[in-house]
Amino acid sequence: MSKYIVKRVIAAVLTLLVLITVVFFLVRLMPGEPFTSEKLNPIVKENMIKYYGFDKPLIVQYFQYLGNLLKGNMGYSMKYTNKTVNYIIGSTFPYSADLGLRALAIALVFGLLLGVVAALNRGTRLDVFCVILAIIGTSIPDFIMGAVLQYVFGLKLKVLPVAKWAGFKYTILPSCALAFYTMASVSRTMRASMLEVVQQDYIKTARAKGLSNFRITWKHQIRNAIMPVITIMGPTVAAVLTGTFVIEAMYAIPGMGKYYVDSTNDNDYSMILGMTVFYGAFLIFCNLVVDILYGVVDPRVRIGK
Amino acid sequence: MAEREKILELKNVVYSFHTYGGIVKAVRDVSFDLYQGEILGIVGESGCGKSVTAQCIMRLNPEPPGFFSSGEIFFKGQDICKMTHEQLMQIRGTEIGFIFQDPMTSLNPTMRVGDQIEEVFIHDKSMTKAMKKERALDIMAKVGISDAEKRYHQYPHELSGGMKQRVMIAMALVSKPSMIICDEPTTSLDVTIEAQILELLLQLRKEMGTSIIMITHDLGVIAKLCDRVLVMYGGKIVERGMAEEVFYETAHPYTQGLMNSIAGLETEKDEVLTPIEGTPPDLFSPPVGCPFAARCEYAMEVCHKYPPQETDLSEQHMTFCWLQHENAPKVDLTKKKTKKKGEQA
Repeated sequence: MSKYIVKRVIAAVLTLLVLITVVFFLVRLMPGEPFTSEKLNPIVKENMIKYYGFDKPLIVQYFQYLGNLLKGNMGYSMKYTNKTVNYIIGSTFPYSADLGLRALAIALVFGLLLGVVAALNRGTRLDVFCVILAIIGTSIPDFIMGAVLQYVFGLKLKVLPVAKWAGFKYTILPSCALAFYTMASVSRTMRASMLEVVQQDYIKTARAKGLSNFRITWKHQIRNAIMPVITIMGPTVAAVLTGTFVIEAMYAIPGMGKYYVDSTNDNDYSMILGMTVFYGAFLIFCNLVVDILYGVVDPRVRIGK
Repeated sequence: MAEREKILELKNVVYSFHTYGGIVKAVRDVSFDLYQGEILGIVGESGCGKSVTAQCIMRLNPEPPGFFSSGEIFFKGQDICKMTHEQLMQIRGTEIGFIFQDPMTSLNPTMRVGDQIEEVFIHDKSMTKAMKKERALDIMAKVGISDAEKRYHQYPHELSGGMKQRVMIAMALVSKPSMIICDEPTTSLDVTIEAQILELLLQLRKEMGTSIIMITHDLGVIAKLCDRVLVMYGGKIVERGMAEEVFYETAHPYTQGLMNSIAGLETEKDEVLTPIEGTPPDLFSPPVGCPFAARCEYAMEVCHKYPPQETDLSEQHMTFCWLQHENAPKVDLTKKKTKKKGEQA
């Protein structure tokens, strides 16, 4: 098991290296440069170029960046010149992760519940209701969902605050808005998987043993049906926890989301790289966790001890 | 035979399924009984209703779409057709064990073998965990699972096919049921394992007095194992009798066809097997007469128009065939037809 994890970590580091290399050279190919403000004094600009090392050959800069990254230093932002990339990620990620975890919890609990209920009541009105909910969830984009929730619960019913992040009440609407899509895809996947598992021979064996329907569903059906849900959870967790531009902007949440977009618009090289490395590492980590979880749920994919 | 206790009796069972194409009668007017300690074989080709009949007995067919159109199934005096779900749960696994066709897919891949066997006792609150484990290990050893303690903690994918089928048999037998139903238990196993499994079933019958219903399309299995045989075709019983009677005094052309289509040890190298031409009847609109008439080489006009009546040939032996009628031409169905390669039929 530990050998397997070491192997996976090495593969992860290599993947990250490729990612960094590609992104490092790609951002330099983009038109424009970080310091384009017309108000900028040419002397100041020259100092800054020297300060960030842009006067050196690109390949030297590349290895310099890698060297700094090894020490955990992702450099200063080129827009917020007095802040390091580490500081920005460190101060915004907790908000995004907080929101993401809440959304994820809602999505998993209700998604699995809806999926199971729909599958057990296949063909009934309840099933149709769950399926329609899932279709709505996957087809309505989050900015519409977010706005509708704000309008209904914030402006019309006035039960929940419209925006800001200042206590539990404030978290409900953005968490729900963010959760909706994931919930829908989890419920769809779970429903399909449950219906497939119920056809399996071992379910018939379980019935022939005289087990109750509850036990058959709980012990034999759900555990075997949950695998595809775990598969989709890897990338989903990474995407949801590292912040979303739209929901965070709509609800004025000081998360990471806006820095993804802003850094690219501003040609903030160190910020783009920092965000990419962070997201990439997180995604690889989530997928590793998923692979280990497979083994926990399904003994057939358990890795030799 | 009459002095032994009758534990199962099917009376005119008709079992149907609702489908998009209408109602299909999969089992049509089947009656038979099973005595204590007896092995009854049900033989027939795919789709003849063997498995549905077997699953009826435990109500394992999905209901809906399946339902009893008519008939009664008495198990130890109780009518299974009228049982509630709770009553069925008490019979399943505990009173009647079921061994499925494919051991590869019939075990839950995410549960340890031991836990799956013990699950049979789930409703028995009087048993402790240790007692259940003892019973499980005991039966595992009895069905020939070596190193039972180790296997107990393993998952199905860690076992071979033959081992898995032994686990299935252990699961069916652990509660010492009075009857087990085997639905083609050796079809997916290789012949050496098949022989071991059949030997095991015979031995268990001897030791535990279990009645067995053996569903198969393999006449070799029937010959080795069964006391009595039921030949099914198109959802109906066409011939029934003691195994020797069915084999040596064959009284239905379909049974003869089955026997002609298998190779025996005495089959010559250049001999061609005689298959039964045609396909089984469409059960959406079953033929009005004998279901086999369309494929029967002896078919007469009457066979297509009227269903044949039951003809008793001995105490146990009976058949549904117009050839047994006094006015019918005499045909010897016991002779094996042989044909050399290249010869015309």
